[in-house]
Amino acid sequence: MHTINKPTKYRISLKEPGIPGVLRMAEERFIFTPHDPRSLLKLDVPFRSIKVHKFSKDGSKQALLNLLHEGGGYIFEFDSFSDRNICRDFVGKILGKLQATCPSKDDKTVPDKTTPAPGEQLSPMEMEHRIKLLRDDSELQRLHKQFVMTAILTESEFWATRKNLLDDTTIKVTKQRTGFKSTMLADIRPSTDGRTNKVTFSLTPEIIHQIFAEKPAVHRAFLDLVPKKMSEKDFWTKYCRAEYLHRTNNSVAAAAEAAEDEELAVFLKHDDILADEIRHKIRRVDPTLDMEADQADDYIHLQDHGLLRDGGKETVDAESELSRRTLSQDLNRHAAVVLEGRAFDVELGDTRTVAEALARSKKGPSLETFDKNESQERLEKACRMTEIEDLRGPHQLPYAPLFIKDPREYFDSQQANALRALGDSNAGFKNTDYNFNLEESYAYLMKQISEAKVTGLNDIVQSDVALKVLNGLNQHLSSTKQHIGKGPFESVLDQLPSRTKDELMIHWSSIQELLRHFWSSYPITTGYLYNKVLRLKEAMTQIYNKLQEIKESVQSDYRHLVSLLVHPMLQALDAAFAHYDSEQQKRTAKGGAMPNGFFK
Amino acid sequence: MASAPSKLYSDDVSLVVVLLDANPFFWAAGAGGGNHPAATLPFAKFLDHVIPFLNSLLLMNQLNQVVLIATGINTCGYIYDSGNGGPEGSDNVSEISSEILLRLEEFVCKDRKIGKGTERAMGGSVSSLLSGSLSLALCYVQKVFRSGAIHPQPRILCLQASPDGPEQYVAVMNAIFSAQRSMVPIDSCVVGVQHSAFLQQASYITGGIYLKPPQLDGLFQYLAAVFATDLQSRNFLQLPKPAGVDFRASCFCHKKTIDMGYVCSVCLSIFCQHQRKCSTCGSEFNQAPREPNSASDTIRKA
Ligand SMILES: [Zn+2]
Ligand SMILES: [Zn+2]
Repeated sequence: MHTINKPTKYRISLKEPGIPGVLRMAEERFIFTPHDPRSLLKLDVPFRSIKVHKFSKDGSKQALLNLLHEGGGYIFEFDSFSDRNICRDFVGKILGKLQATCPSKDDKTVPDKTTPAPGEQLSPMEMEHRIKLLRDDSELQRLHKQFVMTAILTESEFWATRKNLLDDTTIKVTKQRTGFKSTMLADIRPSTDGRTNKVTFSLTPEIIHQIFAEKPAVHRAFLDLVPKKMSEKDFWTKYCRAEYLHRTNNSVAAAAEAAEDEELAVFLKHDDILADEIRHKIRRVDPTLDMEADQADDYIHLQDHGLLRDGGKETVDAESELSRRTLSQDLNRHAAVVLEGRAFDVELGDTRTVAEALARSKKGPSLETFDKNESQERLEKACRMTEIEDLRGPHQLPYAPLFIKDPREYFDSQQANALRALGDSNAGFKNTDYNFNLEESYAYLMKQISEAKVTGLNDIVQSDVALKVLNGLNQHLSSTKQHIGKGPFESVLDQLPSRTKDELMIHWSSIQELLRHFWSSYPITTGYLYNKVLRLKEAMTQIYNKLQEIKESVQSDYRHLVSLLVHPMLQALDAAFAHYDSEQQKRTAKGGAMPNGFFK
Repeated sequence: MASAPSKLYSDDVSLVVVLLDANPFFWAAGAGGGNHPAATLPFAKFLDHVIPFLNSLLLMNQLNQVVLIATGINTCGYIYDSGNGGPEGSDNVSEISSEILLRLEEFVCKDRKIGKGTERAMGGSVSSLLSGSLSLALCYVQKVFRSGAIHPQPRILCLQASPDGPEQYVAVMNAIFSAQRSMVPIDSCVVGVQHSAFLQQASYITGGIYLKPPQLDGLFQYLAAVFATDLQSRNFLQLPKPAGVDFRASCFCHKKTIDMGYVCSVCLSIFCQHQRKCSTCGSEFNQAPREPNSASDTIRKA
């Protein structure tokens, strides 16, 4: 495949007349050169950035070819359909080729397609994330378009310097899990139908899950008994029976039934697993917190402490081993479970599965091992916190006291420059003829104070002086504003025509992007980096020329300002070019062979 | 101005701590006449400008508070605090004025007394204890910070006349950094012969305003136009900004301005050549310097 040259008109839109010129198509890119050399509408577009091509029907009014890219299309009008068709077929072949090497490219559903470099596998989620980043940040999008779409940087190179953007949101991706409801089990009340003595409890899978989480003893009993000893239905019937006995505060009946039925008793007794857990937790309470935790955290052993659930006021038989849960106990337990959240994700439904999953999740890091790891640290902390200062020696850190012979040196080291910056001339204020000693000076000062006392306060603002001060201040302000605005660019940039300003800003951010990639490519150790630097240098040269053009084309009023602004940009580029050249020289001096065995 | 129980502070309520330079040598130098600043603006006149300024600060906002601290050459002391209610504090302008003058007199006496016996170097340029009065001001501000969740916005205004005291370098810089850390701007109005390198840095670092008024007889107007502005309003005003501080240092050994040099890792002294021993703190550097041509860092640790 060679290149073709055809006369054509480039039409920015169908409403405007075309710009006559020559369209040159090669394998990599197409170039449009207007006949008018002054025209700025020169195009140089790589085919990579073209998504689709469209064309008018043979024999229709105009012979058009439209090469569509991200944001629109390049429309060319040809004199004849035969010319157009030659170009059309050429484009068709190239696009076909490109799409064959890069199959993901023809996905047109996404506006900002990012193309992964060969070898880089992107998940759809990562892809979407990148597209979203581009869409949200127009500056980023512009850079991406300018450099990635034109193949100066590869997709992965571009994103490699922005890993932080990519990492950021992976966290957000994890979906939120729903925790337990904050409704308490106590709120699930038995309903009676009013006519018979039948009492109905309704248990949903959700409630069962919550019961397992809040009452480990019930959970254990379920695992032990169902389905070996009883059916699930019987189990829950017993559980509800026990709950009912609780509710009616019928301790005598409860005791009697518990004595007969050991399975039922399980539900009525203290939850020993819970008690164990609490004991463990208490041991892990910050040692410096003296709350006699073991005694106070759990109210089980205290008589008459706290409200009994459902407002019961029955005094508790201390000997009874049947549990009397108080409202605050229930509240605490419930709160703890809700805060812990669900440890696992299991489809609720099959009670057995839920029970087993819960059991598995609890097997995690056991409390005992945790205790061991922590105990040492806790001991140390306790020592530190309860340290009694006067019983200990001072902390003996080895240090040498800082001894500064003469602090004046520091002052002198800075003062000269600081004062020079203010344009201070120290001359002319020596009055030698009148030198008071200390006593006289004090006396003079006292005299001044009493003078102030006597004269009192009178016109301190005189109009002529006031005017001078005002003018002075204003002049000072306007002059400093000229030189330094809030930011180094602000004031100067604002004086430029907005087009020039935008152009400069765009170039500046482009330069920064390119330079970042350029410098991070050194030292060049692979052929890949070598090519990358070549590409970057090419792109920087283009911007360099554009900056020169801006400098020349700008109105003479602004030329000085613009050249001030452009200067640091050119300098930064010059430094990069200089580095490139010197590296290049070193390379040739070595005889062309690269250290790692690659060749130019 | 007694502290009402229902203080409702808004952004523009200020606490201004004014440091007044009462250096006897500086002010007495004006007795000779000539073009010395203290001749153009003798202490009595100076007070004529400052006291109305303090009053106008109080007028700007009912809840504004002004504290005046005098800086002597032997001591520093609180002169006036508008927040002190009761018999001494008064709303009356002339009463405030006479209170300030009275307390100033007492202060100067005290300064003289303390200096007796332990007389510091004589001569025209004995510096005032800027580090001391800055510390007093910062202590006061800290006290206000701790007074409750809502308090006025504090700032410090230095009215300095006498030259900087290089021997106070460490103390002054510590005070400046402390102000920076507690976000208290230090404004500086220099009425002396020279610019003040200390205050220039202080204002630069803390985000305050530095000004050396060229027209001393218009001092009140400078104070009112530039330094009376509360911190909130400064966001909307174009106030004088210094032309930037030149932070390049000169070496301790030859006082040459240098871009590249050796820094003592203990006391941060700067030298243009490698030293075997730091002349400031005495630390010994045993490590031999690298060959001079390989220097690529701007400032290398010795
Ligand atoms: Zn030197
Ligand atoms: Zn040192």
